[in-house]
Amino acid sequence: MKKEYRDALLNPLFKNNPVMLQVLGICSALAVTTKLETAITMALAVTVVLTCSNVAISVIRNQIPGSIRMIVQMVIIASLVMVVDQVLKAIPQTFLISKQLSVFVGLIITNCILMGRAEAYAMKNPPGMSFFDGLGNGLGYSIVLICVAAIRELLGTGSLLGFQVFGTWFQPWGIMVLAPSAFFLIGFFIWIVRTLHPEQIEHE
Amino acid sequence: MEHYISLFVRTIFVENLALSFFLGMCTFLAVSKRVATAIGLGIAVIVVQGITMPVNNLILNYILKENALYEMTGIQAFAGLDLQFLSLICFIGVIAAMVQILEMALDRYFPPLYSALGIFLPLITVNCAILGGSLFMQTRDYNFPESVVYGLGTGFGWALAIILLAAVRERIRYSHVPAGLRGLGITFITVGLLAMAFMAFSGI
Repeated sequence: MKKEYRDALLNPLFKNNPVMLQVLGICSALAVTTKLETAITMALAVTVVLTCSNVAISVIRNQIPGSIRMIVQMVIIASLVMVVDQVLKAIPQTFLISKQLSVFVGLIITNCILMGRAEAYAMKNPPGMSFFDGLGNGLGYSIVLICVAAIRELLGTGSLLGFQVFGTWFQPWGIMVLAPSAFFLIGFFIWIVRTLHPEQIEHE
Repeated sequence: MEHYISLFVRTIFVENLALSFFLGMCTFLAVSKRVATAIGLGIAVIVVQGITMPVNNLILNYILKENALYEMTGIQAFAGLDLQFLSLICFIGVIAAMVQILEMALDRYFPPLYSALGIFLPLITVNCAILGGSLFMQTRDYNFPESVVYGLGTGFGWALAIILLAAVRERIRYSHVPAGLRGLGITFITVGLLAMAFMAFSGI
């Protein structure tokens, strides 16, 4: 694989993670992480939509007039999200999960990762590069989502993907399934990553 | 009347969009550095939410719901037509259009408010709190008066949350935060604490 493709794919994983550094797509990252299976479904949905929208926008980037580019991007993203939403409802295995995700599948439209990457990357780069950028950012988002969800489900209920991991001695941490713990976990996650990559530390 | 008041209070404190559903997080974290700008953005969200929610409610109940178009027009071809899968794209269209109209109206009739809000108005289009509110309105099946109350309540709740956070962040600048937590990390933990405080309202 060529070097620039590899960079576009791998950089967003840790060096330039969309959630932790670019502050994109936080809303859904926090809301769907109470259970691992919803987080995996959501991560998959966002990665698919992000890759497709990046390629689609990149293909027509030279035809989009500057003044209405937001609306064009919005329509492309919204149509892709509608497709994903209908697919999730149609497959029997994911139907219940899509019920649990409720409004958050629809909210992929306003997930800032999509608009952010479209605006910052796909409008300026050819489709091949945009494909890898979309995939890379989708995976970077997925990593954060899945890690946070795994911790929250394990400590909050003592199980992973519905399988009991800890024995009966385990007292579930009630706070982990509630809203505030998601904020704390991402906060500490950022702390760990920034300690490992000191160049990411913000200066006042 | 009592029903509406309780709905209003519940949406502000118990079901706060920002702190218990994590909606509008991207703007919430990015624009909460100063209290003055947070107040401007808060007002803009209240106005947009208060307008778009009832409009979306009317569109949902009179056009998209099953048989609604048939009952309104009486055209046989529309009988049994359920357009709810289009709600995503309709809602986002209404929101984008409303924000645009509001921007023009403010520019024409209230120039001081327009210049105070500045770039925040267009940003609201991609704020997931607005679209999320409308989607919650759809899943909970609110009627028209309820949607007016819900729209205003969610707007006020979001504004309250961002103003509180901005006030805390203004203070944090004077304290010694560990290097890796500086900026984004400590903000997450602050929001987590705020969310915990708001949890105390649940059960009212």
